[in-house]
Parts: sequence; structure tokens; C-alpha cells
Amino acid sequence: MAVMRYREALNQAMREEMRDDESVFLMGEDVGVFQGAFKVSEGMLEEFGEQRVRDTPISENTIVGMGVGAAMAGLRPIVEIMTVNFALLAMDQIINSAAHIHYMFGGQAKVPLVVRFPQGGGHQLGPTHSHTMEAIFLHVPGLLVAVPSTPADAKGLLKAAIRDDNPVIYIEHESLYGMRGDVPDNGGPMRFGEAAIRREGTDVTIVGISRMAITAERAAETLASREDIEAEVIDPRTLRPLDLDTILESVRKTNRCVVVEEGWPHGGVGANIAALVQEQAFDDLDAPVQRVTGADVPMPYSKALEQAAIPHEEHVVKAALATFRDI
Amino acid sequence: MATQRTAQQSRGRRSGQSDGAARKHDLPPKDEAIELAQKMLLIRHFEERAQEMYMKAKIGGFLHLAVGEEATIVGTVSAMRAEDYLMSTYREHGQTLARGTDPKTVMAELFGKETGTSRGRGGSMHLFDMERRFLGGYGIVGGNLPLAAGVALASDYKGEDSATVCMFGDGASNQGTFGETMNLAALWKLPVVFLVVNNQYGMGTALSRHSAVTDLSSKAECLGVPGERVDGMDVLAVRECVAEHLRRAREDRQPTLVEALTYRFRGHSAADPEVYRTKEEVKQWRERDPIASYVRLLEEAGYLDEEGFKERDREAIAIVDEAVKFAEESPAPALESLYENVYVLGDQVQGWYSVDERTPEVHRGEDEPEVGKGGVAQELAEAGAAYAGAGDVQKRRREGEGTSDTRPADAAQKESG
Repeated sequence: MAVMRYREALNQAMREEMRDDESVFLMGEDVGVFQGAFKVSEGMLEEFGEQRVRDTPISENTIVGMGVGAAMAGLRPIVEIMTVNFALLAMDQIINSAAHIHYMFGGQAKVPLVVRFPQGGGHQLGPTHSHTMEAIFLHVPGLLVAVPSTPADAKGLLKAAIRDDNPVIYIEHESLYGMRGDVPDNGGPMRFGEAAIRREGTDVTIVGISRMAITAERAAETLASREDIEAEVIDPRTLRPLDLDTILESVRKTNRCVVVEEGWPHGGVGANIAALVQEQAFDDLDAPVQRVTGADVPMPYSKALEQAAIPHEEHVVKAALATFRDI
Repeated sequence: MATQRTAQQSRGRRSGQSDGAARKHDLPPKDEAIELAQKMLLIRHFEERAQEMYMKAKIGGFLHLAVGEEATIVGTVSAMRAEDYLMSTYREHGQTLARGTDPKTVMAELFGKETGTSRGRGGSMHLFDMERRFLGGYGIVGGNLPLAAGVALASDYKGEDSATVCMFGDGASNQGTFGETMNLAALWKLPVVFLVVNNQYGMGTALSRHSAVTDLSSKAECLGVPGERVDGMDVLAVRECVAEHLRRAREDRQPTLVEALTYRFRGHSAADPEVYRTKEEVKQWRERDPIASYVRLLEEAGYLDEEGFKERDREAIAIVDEAVKFAEESPAPALESLYENVYVLGDQVQGWYSVDERTPEVHRGEDEPEVGKGGVAQELAEAGAAYAGAGDVQKRRREGEGTSDTRPADAAQKESG
């Protein structure tokens, strides 16, 4: 077991996979000489050279499209996009090409591509650099979607993403890059579609997405010490495929469910999970499923406003308590 | 006559060397020369028959025909090696046929059958043949340029000798991906030839009304991609030009932009009233029919006499007849196969339902018998087709004859109509 930062875990995953497989390479804006806008690719240009760590022009749609083409022709590209908002420029290639090619050509071609980018608020980057948009990608059949929240998951899931034959949208979180955590030595790839139970409990299930899994854990501690409520915290880790079984099993035990995400409420991850839980476990629920989401606004710059737009521990505590209200 | 003005203006700015029409091109050896004619004839007859089948409602959605563009297609493909990759737009039946794909599977795809190149999932706009390295027709204008550069990057990365040809229309030269891809291909010295099929209209908008620079061969020069214009109605000129540019891609690692000046004799799609151009303009271009002029050349060279030509023509028709028969007789994709190939199944995704989140019933293929059986889905599809300019679907259906299509909706319509 080694302690390392989230960004170091990502770096290690890419290096290990690139050492093992010549067909894996990294390209993106400032991933080489600059070593990554968030220093995720630090030292990689030095180790692998310009053929395999490629600085690109600022042309998101074309970078992703080239990744798709290279993947169709037998390579396993990792494309880094600087933030989720910039990934919007590449939505044509992500959806019309990456997600659809395997299906629309009757299975003849496959697209083993990883598109990595961070999302999330907290750094006062305002309305074009701070959003949380996993729900947009979750919507699309043909894509796999990962939202790792710990260094160990960051490494294990990225290794799995690189080895998988499907296009993977790999969503990191800007506020987690510096977070330290235990990472198993010589750890192999993790399986997609296997949720982690971060905290066991019997009274209410709290599902936290990406960084909100950590917020949910803190809220669970508060609920235990202040309210004598034992919350079970689940981090799905991947949204496509989603480990619904683990969530349902928990809900059947606790009879209550809260979903916490940083993204917008309408058509969000929470909306999706709430729908699935009520479809599959309606009779087990003692209260309506509660959602905690980011505010339904473009992300503001001003620090106080930005913080007001992001869910915090207290919101989660409140939502959990709401599931105990007499009905 | 916007078209003629455009061509004259552009030519005035180019050197004579780039004007393919002014040059003479040697015929290849007899067998090879005749094969070029055969391929063009096959495409012509295939396209004309596809139009007929569309009018009989055997083919749905959009149908983009390349009648008139045969020399550009066959000239280009005949300059390529087997290991080279080809990418095209949604007007791509000819490209895959020229590459050697079985016409049966191409027609079956147009018919939406399981035996089609894309198992009936792609349709006319999304043909594909991995074996012959025809890497697809793409429905998004300009969407295939980055993909082609990526394929060329893979050739370069793996140290292979293969090059990629990316064909797109004049309209695509206005997309962001055009500039982005040219820059990257030149920057990374990728083995790719970009070939803009300038049929002089982006759907119904004339070149001079959609592009500030009408000399498309020069449009990527400032991005490090030099260009050359070639007469797209001259199969030998195109072949020679593309061969040289493939050599530059392979040996000099210099991506280039070839502009093939051509004309589509039919509308943008099968249901195009063609209000944007005059009958005289179409007539003038039809007089430059790329097949007729090439066949004349073969006759002059003594490669082919009238009887020889008729025989080749009959052969092409027979191949298309067989393709239609095959498509007619092929089964439609099974409804249970709806979810196949959404994902590559393996360790992460073991079955579609692991991703489906098992919403009960409603998404299951086997529980959707209404699709294609005259239910709401059928009605919506027809409304959508009508909206998309496909004309009166019911009328097309009624006009269909000898149908082997036994969908209840059709039967009901026949009875009532």
C-alpha cells in the first residue's frame, strides 16, 4: 500500500498501461511540455517521448475525432481535455462518432478510446470552467462513464478504462487532484459497474457521485454523532454501467435513499437513480427518494455565490433527515 | 449560372498545371482501362436502381446519389493500394463499391436488411467494410475529417506504409473540423490525402454563395496543406492526380488537398425539387458525362467496340439485378437483435442489461413487437420521413409492385388503398 495523490494515481495508471502496451498513447492540450494543466501527465513526455505523449493544438472536436480514428485503426488513445466545458466542443465526435460507430457499422469497428477531463466547482473559475456534467454523458448509449472519487479508484478505473474496448468518458474532479489516499501496490484494473460501500449503516442509504461521495461520508459522520442515525454511503464509481444491485440491496435494508451530486437537478444523475430505485424497490421505501444537487444556475464566479451553488454536508444531513419525517 | 462563373474565377487564379482538363492522360493497359469503365458503369446502374427502389419505398430515409461523380470516385479509388484506408461522406455507395464491397450487401444495407454491410443499422449514409478498409460513410458534414487524420496517425504511429484518403464535399470545407484537421495533419506530417468532391453545391447552396474562397484547392494552403484542382469528370486525370498525392503522403509525409471539380446529375437527395439550379446547367454538365467520354476514349484506343461496351453494360445491370434480388430476399434484422453491438461485450460490460439498469419491460427488444408492425412507432417513422422531405411515403408504397415486404402496415394500406 502506498499513499499518493489522486493526480499521481492517474499518472501511474497511464504510465503502467503505456509500459505494458505500445498501442496506448496520450494526447491533449498541454499534456507534454507543460506536463498537463493539472499536472496529471507530469514526467510522461520525458519517459515516453513525443510520439506517445502528444501536445495538440486547441481543437477539441478534432482531437477527440482523431482519437476515434486512431482507435478504429487499432490504437488505444487516451485523450485529455482540459475541462468538461471544453469537452462540449467535442460533443459531435463523442456522440456521433465514438458512441455510435460500433453500433452503426454493425459491430465491424470498435473504439477503444478514453476521453479524460476534470469537472466540478470550487476554484472560482466561473461559468465556463466549473460545471458538472456527467449526466450529459450518462445519457448516451455506447459510452461508459467513470466518476472516481479516491486515488485508488482513480488508478484502478483508469487502467480498466484503457484496457476496455469501448469508448470511456473518464471524469475526474478538479478539487480531488491534490487529495491523498492509499493505493494498493501492483494493483490491477478494477471492474466497472462495482459500487463501493464507503460506510456501512442501517438507517438511510446515501449515494454520492464523484466528490459528493466524500461529502456524503462526512454528512454520515455528522448524522451518527448528532442524530444517532447510521447512514450507509455508496459511491457507484461508474455510472455506465451502474451497479444498481448494491444500491437496491442497501435501500431494501434502510428503506430510505438520498442521492447527492454536484451537477444540475433536471435530468440529473439523482433524477435517474431516484427513478430506478422507485421502479425497482417502491415497496421497500418508507419515504420519497431525496435529491441533493448543485443549484440550477450557471456557475457564478463570486466565492460566496459559488459556494452557495455547490452542495455541502449540511444539505445532505438535511435531506437525510427529511426521509425520517412522518408521512 | 453561378456555377460557371465560379469555375472560371477559380481557374483564372490557378496555374495551368492544376487544371486537369488541359492535360492529356495516358490510358492504362487494356484490362485495367476497361475495369475503370466497368466500375463506373456499376456505380451508375447501382445508383439509378437505388433511386427506383426508393420510389417504390423499398429504401427509407435519405438517399444521396453520386450519378455524375463516378470518375471522381473510381479515379480516386483506383489509385489506392489495398492497405490504404478510405473514408467518405453519406454519398458513399460508389466509394465502397469501387473498393470492392459486394453490391449485394450494399443494396441490402439500403433495404435495411440483416445482410447489409452494417446489418441494417447504418443505412445508405453509413456503409462500412473493414476488410476492404473502407472505413465508413458519415452523416455529419465535416465529421469524417478528424477520423481520417486519426487513422493516418495510427498508420504513422505503427510505422506502416498505408495512407488514408478522406473524401468530403465542398460544403464540409466550411466546418471547423476542416481547418482544425488540416492544421493537425500538416503539423504532424500525417500520410493522408484530403479529397474535396466539389460538386458545386452544399445541398442547395451554390459554392459561390457558401464559400468566400471558391478555389477550394487553395483553401488549406495557409494551414500547411497545399492543393491541386483536377477535372473530376476525367477518370484518368483523377487517378493520376490522386496517385501522385498518395505518393507525397507516403514518401514525403505531406498531406495535400485535391479538389475534384465535378457535378451531381441528380438532386442532393432522392427527394430534391432542385429549385436552386437551372435545367440548362444540368444539361450542360450531362453533356460532359464522365462515363460516355471515357468510353469514347476506350473506343478510340481500340480497347472496346460498341458490342463490347453493351456487354459490359449488361454485366453491370445483371450485377445490380442480383443485388436487388438478394436485398429483397434477405431477412430484416430480428427485433431481438435491437441491442446488439451497443457495446463491445467483455469484462466491463457483460451484457447490455448490465448497462440498461434493467428498467422493467419497456426497453426490452423482445417486448417491442409494435415496432415495424404498423403501431405508433410506424406512424411516427412515416411522419418523420415525410417531414424530412422523403415525399409521400404512402404513395410510394402504393406504387411499389411485386413487393415481398409483408409488414402488416403495408398489407393494410394495399387493402384500403
